[in-house]
Amino acid sequence: MNKIRSLFPILETKINDRPLVYFDNAATTQKPQVMIDALVDFYQKHNSNIHRGLNPLADRATEMHEATREKVAKFINAKNKKEIVFTRNTTESINLVAKTYGQHFLKAGDKVVLSILEHHSNIVPWLQLKKEIGIELVFITLDPEGNLDLKQAKELISQAGVKFLSLQMASNTLGNVHEISDLIKLAQSKGIKVLLDAAQVIAHQKIDVQNLGANFVAFSAHKMFGPTGVGVLYAGEELLKEMPEFLGGGDMIADVFLDHFTLNELPHKFEAGTPNIADVVAYGATIDFVNDFGLDQIAKIEKELTEYLLQQLQNLDFVEIYGPQIVENHLSSLAFNLKNVHAHDVGDLLGEAGIILRAGQHCTQPLHDFLQVPATVRASLAFYNTKEEIDIFIRELEKINQKFI
Amino acid sequence: MDLYAQNIIEHYKQPRNHGRLAEPKISGKQMNRSCGDQLAVDLRIKDDQIEDLKFEANGCAISVAAMSILSEKLIGQNITEVLAINYQSLLDMLGLPVGERRYKCVLLGLITVQNIILAEQKNPLRTWDDLM
Repeated sequence: MNKIRSLFPILETKINDRPLVYFDNAATTQKPQVMIDALVDFYQKHNSNIHRGLNPLADRATEMHEATREKVAKFINAKNKKEIVFTRNTTESINLVAKTYGQHFLKAGDKVVLSILEHHSNIVPWLQLKKEIGIELVFITLDPEGNLDLKQAKELISQAGVKFLSLQMASNTLGNVHEISDLIKLAQSKGIKVLLDAAQVIAHQKIDVQNLGANFVAFSAHKMFGPTGVGVLYAGEELLKEMPEFLGGGDMIADVFLDHFTLNELPHKFEAGTPNIADVVAYGATIDFVNDFGLDQIAKIEKELTEYLLQQLQNLDFVEIYGPQIVENHLSSLAFNLKNVHAHDVGDLLGEAGIILRAGQHCTQPLHDFLQVPATVRASLAFYNTKEEIDIFIRELEKINQKFI
Repeated sequence: MDLYAQNIIEHYKQPRNHGRLAEPKISGKQMNRSCGDQLAVDLRIKDDQIEDLKFEANGCAISVAAMSILSEKLIGQNITEVLAINYQSLLDMLGLPVGERRYKCVLLGLITVQNIILAEQKNPLRTWDDLM
């Protein structure tokens, strides 16, 4: 275990003279030294703008940038690297789809199906589209166990006028992984386009976009041990060709005249301006790191941690856990509250003790409204966390509870 | 000094001036959505003085305790003085070592009270930034 932890230098950090216990991995994961080294190495030895430099340094930087695109394509089993569009983050990837595909192919009265569990980034772009062109939004709710209500989902997807289904693969708040393969099949059989928000699952389970059958898949590098500022949008080549461009500027064009322009080839058509070159290069090193370690191995360690965390929290009678209390089909992330203490106070006091996690609504206000709780505390673990850290966390929760009795 | 000192937790568990006022009153609500705090305040103003104040809160210890302590100071105060309170003078009043991340919790009560008065005067309402 110490060997894994030694790969992530920040885990040596102290908060208030206490060892950092980092339980906020659903917000962003920590970074391995190999990623940090790749970032520094790029700026020290290879930095140049890319694509049109016509000089050897630009060639080298371009090659490194495009090598990551190839690695991402392989990582999620896309057919080719033209199907990988780099954005800033998952949010921008979803916005890109709403503002290009949505604006162009949806019309007033068309229905977009979402769930009440969605992160705000998969609600607001569709609300904007509702405001702009008058689409309608329908929301899948939860069944009594706290899972996506699949029966209701099938009914909603089968309604007349449904043109788009946009769903998260796992809840960033409750941590449960949704069983959505039947929903995707149903949508596809009706010609409904499907977007999957894979931000939460990308570092925890193998994604095979061809097997998933979704039209769009969005995720971020920083939630899989990579740098911030790099997002990915996957879409099939034909679909990307049909879609109008996103932002306008350099790199997305082939030719520019005073009265018109022509578009560059895929995927550059969607990537206006100088991209986040160094971070994309460092993301390539991160993918190598994850492949070398093995997603299976990561998932195995995280499952053990999830089981232990759930058990320990269930032992505390002053804790209420939200969502399905299961280990299978669940990320190493749990939302809970202390019955007598507001989530914000819990988060603040844990933070003072060196335990870093998130208290609030985790960008899921509609879900919190549905659960009728103002806020929750979320502990989200990664494979570098340990049972000893869970023990420290549980002891601090007991202390906080004592303080408020 | 401990942000969660015993007196803060006491105010949280047993807030002073908790409840609702009977008519006549003026009322206001405010939410701090970043942490899910909700506050409803009733005021009775007579001769430009806060004659009585009661509140109901669903919030964190800091926001509830801050409102509780503030309520004791506000009753009997002239509304011009009430409108002159800002973040720093409130912190001095509360004697709390509050960090940046909790400033909205501390300000929730004050902004609610000030905006009830400003709305009654038909003046523009304050934002969180206005109080900083």
